[in-house]
Amino acid sequence: MSNTATDTAPLLETRALRVTYGTPAGPVSVVREVDLAIRRSEFLGIVGESGSGKSQLLLALLGLSAPGARLTGSIRYAGTELIGAGDAALNRIRGDRIAMIFQDPMTALNPYLSVGVQISEVLELHRGLARAAALRRAAELLDAVQISDARRRLAQYPHELSGGMRQRVMIAMALACEPEILLADEPTTALDVTVQAQILALLRELRARTGTAVVLVTHDLGIVAELADRIAVMYAGRFVEEAPAETLFAASHHPYTEALKRSIPRIDAPLPERMASIPGNPPNPAELPPGCAFAPRCGFSEARCLGAVPLLRALGPQHRSACWRDAHE
Amino acid sequence: MSLRHGLWQDAWRRLRRNRAALASGVLLIAILCAALLLPLLSPYSYYAPDWDHLIEPPAFRGWHFLGTDALGRDLLVRTLWGCRISLLVGIAASLVTVTIGVLWGTIAGYVGGRVDALMMRSVDVLYSVPFIPFVIVLTVLFGRDLLLIFIAIGAVSWLDIARIVRGQTLALRNREFIEAARVAGVGTPAMILRHLVPNLIGIVIIYATLTIPTVILFEAFLSFLGLGVQSPMTSLGSLVAEGAGRMQSYPHLLLVPAVFLAAIVYAFNYLGDGLRDALDPRDR
Amino acid sequence: MRRYLLRRLLGAIPTLLVIATLAFAMLHAVPGGPFDAARPMEPEIRKAILAKYHLDEPVWQQYLHYLGDLARGNLGPSFQYRGTSVNELIAQGLPVDLAVGGTALLLALLAGTSIGLYAALHRNSRRDWLLMGLAVAGISIPLFVIAPVLVLVFALKLHWLPPGDWVAGSLAHLVLPAVALALPYTAYIARLTRGSALEVLGSAYIRTARAKGLPLRVVMLRHALRPTLLPVVSFLGPAIAGVITGSIVIETVFALPGIGRYFTLGALNRDYTLVMGITILYGALIIACNLLVDLAYALLDPRVRHEP
Repeated sequence: MSNTATDTAPLLETRALRVTYGTPAGPVSVVREVDLAIRRSEFLGIVGESGSGKSQLLLALLGLSAPGARLTGSIRYAGTELIGAGDAALNRIRGDRIAMIFQDPMTALNPYLSVGVQISEVLELHRGLARAAALRRAAELLDAVQISDARRRLAQYPHELSGGMRQRVMIAMALACEPEILLADEPTTALDVTVQAQILALLRELRARTGTAVVLVTHDLGIVAELADRIAVMYAGRFVEEAPAETLFAASHHPYTEALKRSIPRIDAPLPERMASIPGNPPNPAELPPGCAFAPRCGFSEARCLGAVPLLRALGPQHRSACWRDAHE
Repeated sequence: MSLRHGLWQDAWRRLRRNRAALASGVLLIAILCAALLLPLLSPYSYYAPDWDHLIEPPAFRGWHFLGTDALGRDLLVRTLWGCRISLLVGIAASLVTVTIGVLWGTIAGYVGGRVDALMMRSVDVLYSVPFIPFVIVLTVLFGRDLLLIFIAIGAVSWLDIARIVRGQTLALRNREFIEAARVAGVGTPAMILRHLVPNLIGIVIIYATLTIPTVILFEAFLSFLGLGVQSPMTSLGSLVAEGAGRMQSYPHLLLVPAVFLAAIVYAFNYLGDGLRDALDPRDR
Repeated sequence: MRRYLLRRLLGAIPTLLVIATLAFAMLHAVPGGPFDAARPMEPEIRKAILAKYHLDEPVWQQYLHYLGDLARGNLGPSFQYRGTSVNELIAQGLPVDLAVGGTALLLALLAGTSIGLYAALHRNSRRDWLLMGLAVAGISIPLFVIAPVLVLVFALKLHWLPPGDWVAGSLAHLVLPAVALALPYTAYIARLTRGSALEVLGSAYIRTARAKGLPLRVVMLRHALRPTLLPVVSFLGPAIAGVITGSIVIETVFALPGIGRYFTLGALNRDYTLVMGITILYGALIIACNLLVDLAYALLDPRVRHEP
């Protein structure tokens, strides 16, 4: 699964992206200095615990952060700066060039509107189709996401569908206008494990067919293992390691990444006496230590880790890690 | 124990930050103190007519600060007496409501089963019964006794609280500390009183606070109809009714009690909202 | 759906029974009967009248007669207005209430929902605080204070509108009472709408709608409006029942010959059949309106529609 286009210019690029909220206790940044680049047809996995800021990162890309959020830095898409762009400009991109699917399809779909309307409105808006034509296309899309009896489903409501089907509807909705980039915020977290596998397989197949770039955010490293070209590990609002998938699994560098890998039980190894877990708790974004945010929980931390925040350093081709340790320690 | 303490401190902190609620609380305390103390200090009584000073407009200085009414009685003193009665009725009726509602709700929620079904079915039926006309008729029938009025009013609003309390009781019933107490052999009445009720205090305070303005307004409404407290005793409602009759020529007779009434009701509403936000925070 | 309706209708019967029984009890708690006061009568005429109204029978039999009458919709004779039945009086008052109340509710709906939505969209701004402060005033200041003040300003001082009375078909006589009545409803609906809108606007499906690039207008109208207004629909049920039976305050202040006015006069003049008749009407209306609201919900919320 390596069709990373290494030399083409990125479709979407962020520089030093920071998302800050005002709180009674002062400004709190949930995303800090993130540099992100997504290239055509690339599959990027972003992995992190809850509270790492991964969902906030995706929302910020489309300008969907909660009211009160302040975005600094830069988000560039097709030559346009998205931070500060008005709703009119953003709405041309949303749903059309960059689409997003969300975590819980039960709450993310409007319970008062039929499935057909929710899909066709994207086509009517961005492609100027009339209602009838849009609904026909919507039925084709439902077919493509492997929902049987598509025409009948169009008239149904979200609560009449199973969880897996609802997520397929979301995917159909998102891919209706053949976007260049699909942002997926934990699309399988709310689903049963078997359904998870089906949805992931669906994503893989659709991507192979349409060539859409995908950014998949998850807390489960295992999910992106097979699908992703590149993986970014996120902790306390920052990317702490970025690498091609194989490199990450074979030779990761950052202690957090290693800890994540260790915490996944392996089917080909004997059962450990205790499940490996990372000691301590994820930090509160309002109370971050001055140096590396992972230092309190890191087995390798030294004095310099507590003093300054390590920046991402290149360790190899497309492999960056934000740790003070040398590459060979 | 410590968890509960933390909750109260949290709630208090949130309440303090809500300026509207704080201001309301301060205002209510001020009115209460004025209502209790000023009539004692003022040389005027609320009921003795003074034929030399009939219907004087507010002077805003010296005595008769806010003017006098049709019988020469000082309006400020009368109004503060009205506040006393209105607040008394409001708080007393609210207490009646809350007591009935809490007992009904906790018993229904805790005992469960058919008793619960019967009790809540009664609530459903009683919900559609238009109590206001019945209270009016009761008052006409049995005279305008202050005690009757606030029992009648109190008995009207217990349905909402009963429902909410039952819901909370059901939720609490399955928590571990109840299991523990049950295993230790605590009997049902003691269970209800000692273990459940303290945990319901938050909800009860909110609803009691929000019931008071409803009751005060209802009593005012009865007074407006001529069915409230008997002269010379007066409530804010009676004062407003008296004032409305002469408002064209002497607007201060209407405006003074009306402002006090509105201020008290307003303040209780903001305070109740503030308590609700503090004890059960959600986005405003 | 039909089974649900049937169940609800059956469930309404105990409620109506309770109301009727309470009403009957009140009627009989009154010392003396309807025909004791006024002029003395010859014994034979008196006996005939008592027989006609079943007043010479034991109480439980009177109760059964009473229920039978109610089942046929007969609310009995008025004590005050000899020769007129309660039904006739209600029929006389109804058009006034429908005109004033209907207008008031319509105004309240339009104004209240607009204000609530506006406040929600500009949440926590100064305009929001101002509007919601006014809304709290609207529900805190009693109608019997607002209405006289309106009369004072617009009728007595400015002479723009008549201070009261009712002239059928006269728009001028409708304006002040309808506007006054609309104010507390507007305030309540505004608060309700704002709260509901905030909840809806913060929900996940609205975020999805925005993520699809839908313009704000479409998001509000197609995605947010219906869920926002559902609680208002709920509120309308009892509101309609109240408005049909007339606002006692409005009819007193503006001297309108509606059902509310009849109720007040009835209470003060001890016309208990009239008073109880109106009470029963009110109870029945509340039940009916709540049922209508439930039906409306079934129409508006697809999730309710598919329940057994």
